[in-house]
Amino acid sequence: MQPIDRRSFLLCAASAGMVGSIRCRAVSPAAWPAAASPDDSRYRKEALFYQKLPNRRIKCKLCPRECIVGDKERGYCGVRENRGGTYYTLVHSRVCAAHIDPIEKKPLFHYLPGTLAFSVATAGCNVDCKFCQNWDISQSRPEQVPANYLPPQTIAALAAQNRCPTIAYTYSEPAVFSEFLMDTADAGHQAGIRSVAISNGYLQDEALRTAYAKMDAVKIDLKAFSQAFYRDVVGGELKPVLDSLVTLRKMNKWTEIVYLVVPTLNDGDQEFRSLAGWIRTNLGGEVPLHFTQFHPDYLLRNLPITPVSTLERAKAIAEGEGLHYVYIGNVPGHPGQHTYCPRCRKVLVARTGFEVRQMLIQKGGCPFCGQRIPGVWHS
Amino acid sequence: MRKGHLENRREFLTGCLAGAAALACGDGLLQAEALRPQPREAKSKLVVARDALLRGSGTGVDPARALALLDRAMQTLCAESEPVGCWRKIVRPGQRVAIKVNALGGRGLSSNVQVVDAICERLQSAGVRAQDIVIFDRDTAEMEHTGFRIRAGGNQVQCFGTDRVGYEDTLSRFGSVGSRVSKILTRQCDVLINVPVLKDHDGAGITAALKNMYGVIHNPNKCHPNGCNPYAADVNMLAEIRSRARLHICDATTACYEGGPGFKPQFAWHENALLVSADPVALDHTGWQMIERKRAEKGLSTLEAEGRTPRYIATAADAAHRLGTNDPRRMILSEVRVA
Ligand code: SF4
Repeated sequence: MQPIDRRSFLLCAASAGMVGSIRCRAVSPAAWPAAASPDDSRYRKEALFYQKLPNRRIKCKLCPRECIVGDKERGYCGVRENRGGTYYTLVHSRVCAAHIDPIEKKPLFHYLPGTLAFSVATAGCNVDCKFCQNWDISQSRPEQVPANYLPPQTIAALAAQNRCPTIAYTYSEPAVFSEFLMDTADAGHQAGIRSVAISNGYLQDEALRTAYAKMDAVKIDLKAFSQAFYRDVVGGELKPVLDSLVTLRKMNKWTEIVYLVVPTLNDGDQEFRSLAGWIRTNLGGEVPLHFTQFHPDYLLRNLPITPVSTLERAKAIAEGEGLHYVYIGNVPGHPGQHTYCPRCRKVLVARTGFEVRQMLIQKGGCPFCGQRIPGVWHS
Repeated sequence: MRKGHLENRREFLTGCLAGAAALACGDGLLQAEALRPQPREAKSKLVVARDALLRGSGTGVDPARALALLDRAMQTLCAESEPVGCWRKIVRPGQRVAIKVNALGGRGLSSNVQVVDAICERLQSAGVRAQDIVIFDRDTAEMEHTGFRIRAGGNQVQCFGTDRVGYEDTLSRFGSVGSRVSKILTRQCDVLINVPVLKDHDGAGITAALKNMYGVIHNPNKCHPNGCNPYAADVNMLAEIRSRARLHICDATTACYEGGPGFKPQFAWHENALLVSADPVALDHTGWQMIERKRAEKGLSTLEAEGRTPRYIATAADAAHRLGTNDPRRMILSEVRVA
């Protein structure tokens, strides 16, 4: 999923008549290197979810990493900083990528098919996936990437003007900009715009319940079904992500799961079987599961693209374990992109790439046999 | 988005750094020397130089005494009778020298400006042009806050942070680390002189020479898990760093034994010393022992007892890194005082 470049972003914003509200921090070449650092005070806001400790230290309670951060230091995600014993987010309204995407690109297949999402990101991430496709923003500190000041109301207005019913927090990791996400979701809801988070699910329970309560849907990247993969390839832990999925289920939050299949690292039959079995038991068989194709990037350039046959094998195993909505992703034109009625097997939503060619679901059900199809559908 | 950003950065820098580009590869001979693994039988020389009167009758470091302290340390290290002879072993006229300071601790606990000025003076006396010297850390504002005078352009020593020029777009890799390296290092420097501060570190145990290189990469926050092990060792193995790092002058004029790396006056002490070596591992090991002695003196438990052993120092000495030695039997430690 590639966010747009800044020029396209500005054009997009300009076309929406909003360019006047967007500032650019690019420095004139003639001024190099004597230009002053841009003031970042407008992006700084006291963080939520942390605890003060003696000696001006703090413990961050946003994600399971629980960084203990000394004065003038930052947490692992690089976007939250301790200043004199108070913890701050440095990325409120600091948008480094923005684009208007089909909701299918997130991917969310059972959520307002064929609509657009005004998609935004800030720098930073609380894990370090060796295959990250957006590492140039996710693995950077906010001051290292060009960004624009886009406060929540502006984003809501841009979404409305561009006929996007949804704001998506995506590309990097929205958990690390939770404060901005929450304020923007509120602004969006006041304007009749929904919000979705495209997240790794690596949050603490209270943060998840507080921040994602404001979401209308969530997509979770479940990177593997083994702690070893999470430790060695992701730099995180599996269990908190599984806990988040269960919590989202209890919150009745519409959730879809993406599993990026990385050749040789998380593509075994037993792993697919365990994954699907866990989802079936803990979340139910109606949760959409997307097996997506890996492409070499960032620190994992030595592995090949995932063979389509591997994705098909994963899909067959997951369906065999009782999951009803299993998709194949990043393979445009593959029939595994369509939504089928689990009872009569008719195609209900036909997709090519991110385009919805046919949408037959009516009142949340199959028009042929009446089977209820779970999701968030057009009213 | 990535592509667009890269193009913009490239265009920007093409115009600005044309003159510097030719030097991007540095000096081949010296790079080769720096990259060569140390012979197993070789011993690392390390000097701890002290001056009880470094501050005269005030609290600030006296510039003349800082220069004398530096000279004493360098002449002992290099076995030279004149300061200029020492520095000619480190740099050659025409080379570009970057001095990596540490400005994180504010005025209380950062690389001392007088010490850095003394280094610049001696580099110039060895034939390096003022404008070929750049004092840098990550962030210009932090440096300014610490007391460095920000300078760019003209026939003077340059002084600014990587925030002014950015990091390389491509990743450099070694072991656990994949990072973009400061363009100051890659495009304006043949020789790197590392001027860290000796400090306790709540995560890593201590921070001195090895960990100071975190200020040269774009993602230091990703290198703090597991007590910075093996990250601190791996960062120093990045080719751009290892090929240029020539000398480590650890500032222990003011050091801290607890509560680091931020400045907390109650845990800082005036050691009035410099630790100087070409071996960052030997230097870090020795600095660690100094911190342990001070902790014992203050009735604090050892770093090991606190679960904060700086294990990355041993990693830096292992067969996969060979950045130096952490074995005191393989160090020649000279402790000297300014009269
Ligand atoms: S959100 Fe960031 S600072 Fe907080 S615990 Fe996670 S990685 Fe650490």
